[in-house]
Amino acid sequence: MKNNTNQYQDTEAIALKVREHIVRMSTDGGCFTGASLSAVDLIVYLYTDFLDITPFNLNDPNRDYLFLSKGHDVPALYGTLAELGFIEKERLQKHLSLDDHIYWHPNRHIPGVEFHSGSLGHLPSVALGVAMDLKISGSDNKVICIMGDGELNEGTCWEAVLVANAYALDNLIFVIDRNHFQANMRTEDLIPLEPLIEKFESFGAAVKRVNGHSYTELHEAFSAYPFKTGKLNVVIADTIRGKGLPSIQERADRWFCNFSANEIEQLLQELHGQHISDLTSETLIVR
Amino acid sequence: MSYEELLTETALNNEQIIVMTAENRALVRNLPAVLGKRFIDTGITEQTMIGAAAGLALRRRIPVVHALAAFLTMRAFEFVRTDLGIANLPAKLSGFIPGFLSDANGPTHQAIEDISIMRGIPNVTVFAPADEDDLIKMLPQIWNSPNPAYTRINTRKTTYEHEPFELGKAEVVATGSDVTILTYGLMFEQALIAVDILQNEGLSVGLVNMRSLKPVDEAIILQVAASSNLIVTLEDHFLTGGLYTIVAEVLLQYQTTAKVMPIALKENWFRPALLQDVLQNEGFTGKQIAERILGYQTGHSQPFITTQEFSE
Repeated sequence: MKNNTNQYQDTEAIALKVREHIVRMSTDGGCFTGASLSAVDLIVYLYTDFLDITPFNLNDPNRDYLFLSKGHDVPALYGTLAELGFIEKERLQKHLSLDDHIYWHPNRHIPGVEFHSGSLGHLPSVALGVAMDLKISGSDNKVICIMGDGELNEGTCWEAVLVANAYALDNLIFVIDRNHFQANMRTEDLIPLEPLIEKFESFGAAVKRVNGHSYTELHEAFSAYPFKTGKLNVVIADTIRGKGLPSIQERADRWFCNFSANEIEQLLQELHGQHISDLTSETLIVR
Repeated sequence: MSYEELLTETALNNEQIIVMTAENRALVRNLPAVLGKRFIDTGITEQTMIGAAAGLALRRRIPVVHALAAFLTMRAFEFVRTDLGIANLPAKLSGFIPGFLSDANGPTHQAIEDISIMRGIPNVTVFAPADEDDLIKMLPQIWNSPNPAYTRINTRKTTYEHEPFELGKAEVVATGSDVTILTYGLMFEQALIAVDILQNEGLSVGLVNMRSLKPVDEAIILQVAASSNLIVTLEDHFLTGGLYTIVAEVLLQYQTTAKVMPIALKENWFRPALLQDVLQNEGFTGKQIAERILGYQTGHSQPFITTQEFSE
């Protein structure tokens, strides 16, 4: 058992590389930079410490599943899949090119991507179906569905929680990337979600809330899986939009970014601890 | 004038207007400050937003409703049909990034069946402006009409200056006896390029900007069928249910025939990439369209396609 932060040095190194990939995808058309950076530690943690998913067992029905319902955070998943050997790193250079399928939302042409997403509130129910069949088939494997907090506006997310409760799907884990922002503004300023623990608990789920950038806290929560027999597991991971880049962190206008080549170089330096002045990029785009 | 300026002016002059969005603020960023309580953002809840628009319309409001075209027409489809269509309530749907304009987002965001499904709902009217100038000329009448309306929002700037708009009427840009292109929305820009090339190759070429897909200008379709040897229907939409289908329905209804060549997406979602690459890859640049009609390659060049709509 990994019980001190030093044991997460490898994980931290992978996460830093994933962040570099995200920054490099934030130009020549750009990507959802801020939204991706909040999910990096979560996704890297799950693949390296919790999930039984490897480049070699993707065709095995007896493995775990990770569904990325938030969708626009897929650069974090692309980066993770590249660092962990699911896909060649060179493929990330083909972001937005017709030569590959690396674009703004997930699709199944990428090994390790379970399902396409981008329309919010779809994958909680798709993950639900997979979890149902694992139960029917007597498999011990588990299913994770990562959702955005803004995504919780969509009613279908809550329908899936109701049904998961009805079918006692304790092999299903909804992970909320709780970065406290939706596209344009803070969640609590638009459609408030709190108290979120109580909302999920009142729907019958077993809930844990952790710092989504702390591998120790993530490990403590996930090693308690299944949280309660017969209950849907929910992990609310408090995260920071733009985590790793202080110049874009927690900014409503840094959801989708399309930076110049020069700015990309500055941001890469910032990832490695160098302070940079605020980017006034005229190339910034918010979708 | 921009979409946002027109909407602001219209809403300030008409207390009935309520501006709604399912957290898609790209074209309505300044409206909250101007409209106060008459701006409603329901969050990422397309279905609930349409239901609420119906409730507001029951109270004699005119909701102008915003979301990405794919989610507005498909996620909320039954709410549009049941709450707006059955009751014939004058909510006005503004769908962003329809057709090829969703460029690199991927199939989840591709609204390429929106014309088909929206026109299939009784009482719902359907519009597709060619560019920003066309959009600004069309919207006042769309917003003033008594029906629910769906508009494919297209804010691209072209140099073409459009005629005044009349509900249910198409805009005849050019007439020709060899071939006439019927089109709408984004593809108008490429059709202008195609027409130039075809004329350079010696053909007599017509071009019609359909503007209003429902009600549709039947007279123009019949006129073109009678006066042109070939009709080309050009659309960034599935072949099924769009303009090609509309033309077929009109010709059948009036028991007439014409030679019709459809240029549309056939049973596939388009390959995601930036707009100019999408058009090139799918064969929808003006030059490619002209060459598909001619049946041979030409030496003409294709102007660079900007991605200005990207900054929405």
